[in-house]
Amino acid sequence: MRSRFQQGLDELKEKLLRMGGLAEQAIDRATEAYRTRDSKYCQMVLAGESAINDAEREIDELSLDLLAMQQPMAVDLRFILAVLKINADLERVGDQAVNIAQRVLDLISEPEVQLPVDIPRMADSVSTMVQRALEAFLDGKAEVAEAVLQMDGIVDRMKDEAFIVLVQKMQNEPAVTRPALNVLLISRNLERIADHATNIAEDVIFWVRGADVRHGGAHYRQ
Amino acid sequence: MGVGIEVRGLNAWYGKNQSLNSIDMTVAANHVTAVIGPSGCGKSTYVRCLNRMHETIPEARAEGSVKVGEMDVYGSGSDPVEVRRRIGMVFQKPNPFPTMSIYDNVAAGLKLNGFRNRKQMDELVERSLKLAALWEEVKDSLHKKSGASLSGGQQQRLCIARALAVEPEVLLMDEPASALDPISTSKIEELIFQLKQHYTVVIVTHNMQQAARVAEFTGFFLMGSLIEYDKTEKIFTTPADKRTEDYITGRFG
Repeated sequence: MRSRFQQGLDELKEKLLRMGGLAEQAIDRATEAYRTRDSKYCQMVLAGESAINDAEREIDELSLDLLAMQQPMAVDLRFILAVLKINADLERVGDQAVNIAQRVLDLISEPEVQLPVDIPRMADSVSTMVQRALEAFLDGKAEVAEAVLQMDGIVDRMKDEAFIVLVQKMQNEPAVTRPALNVLLISRNLERIADHATNIAEDVIFWVRGADVRHGGAHYRQ
Repeated sequence: MGVGIEVRGLNAWYGKNQSLNSIDMTVAANHVTAVIGPSGCGKSTYVRCLNRMHETIPEARAEGSVKVGEMDVYGSGSDPVEVRRRIGMVFQKPNPFPTMSIYDNVAAGLKLNGFRNRKQMDELVERSLKLAALWEEVKDSLHKKSGASLSGGQQQRLCIARALAVEPEVLLMDEPASALDPISTSKIEELIFQLKQHYTVVIVTHNMQQAARVAEFTGFFLMGSLIEYDKTEKIFTTPADKRTEDYITGRFG
């Protein structure tokens, strides 16, 4: 009985990691599209969205089955709750990658302009956050998840800086408003992905330690 | 009203085998407390020590302090009959007196305690059957039907009514629903929830979902020791002890 349950938990973990892989791939392709201005990568991101959505549905379904059939307790219950929440976050990561791809398509429909924002560097930090959060989930390592939480501030600052310089650019050169706005939105999308990575890390800590570290605290059940 | 229970340094033996090791536990009045643990962990022995049922088994004995409200259960002047009147018990298998009518089953404890006033007895029988959520089902056949003619779930509620008739302060339940179907089980669980308004309830159960559903506090026993005792939500979501976690997640042994 239990070993069947354990198989179910293992399957759930595997499915979520596979979905995480798809979400990471979507971020990388969207970034590559921006860097190379090649619409092929945008198309790949758009085409890949349905696989992420399907994975989300499958994971929800398996979680529901395990909750109903096995009535898990304690660490197993926390694991399934964490999976359900991480699942929703990964699906949103996929959506954000699609948004980036759409912005890039708009960007490359016009001649290239130089903007004082390093999107690939920001994307690199964001991608690392997602990767580390999934690594923490794979190994059940709360310390790795904590390191992800530390990185969120860096990405927030990058987005704030991008906002300041891009607004200034638009004021000084109204002709570049459209591409600048696209890049501003991309930086916003990346910052949202970093927030999802943060949520994933928090869920890993909840699963492993039973502690709620959302909103900057460490709340242990009394 | 229910009263609290203070257990300090409780040890129990079957012959030379020690089955409980220095248990300390404070049970809150008018709450439901569940006792869980694997077979042979001492959980049934523990509740049977609370009302001195343990010592009715040959060569079984218990030592330590159990205070139920003001009553010192193992004090020198303590009377086991009075202890068991004030601390009622319901067992795993419904055990009504098979040939007695429903009424006589409920009144049995009262009669045994020398109760003679017929009118008051009628009132107590009705009140107990109502508290046990059985009144509506049996009120027209109180004297016509025997205890054994009822369904399993009804029989168990009849046994609860019988235990309540002598007006205890504490109700001990040793796996009260394990022999019942899901509908009867949910009735018993609902009943346990209602009963805590009037009594302190301690329930032994193998069914952890049941403990989670009915109890506010849960104690986990293992090899005669109380390993962890906390709010039920805490025990079933984030237990502090690895052994508790291993047991409730089925990774035990």
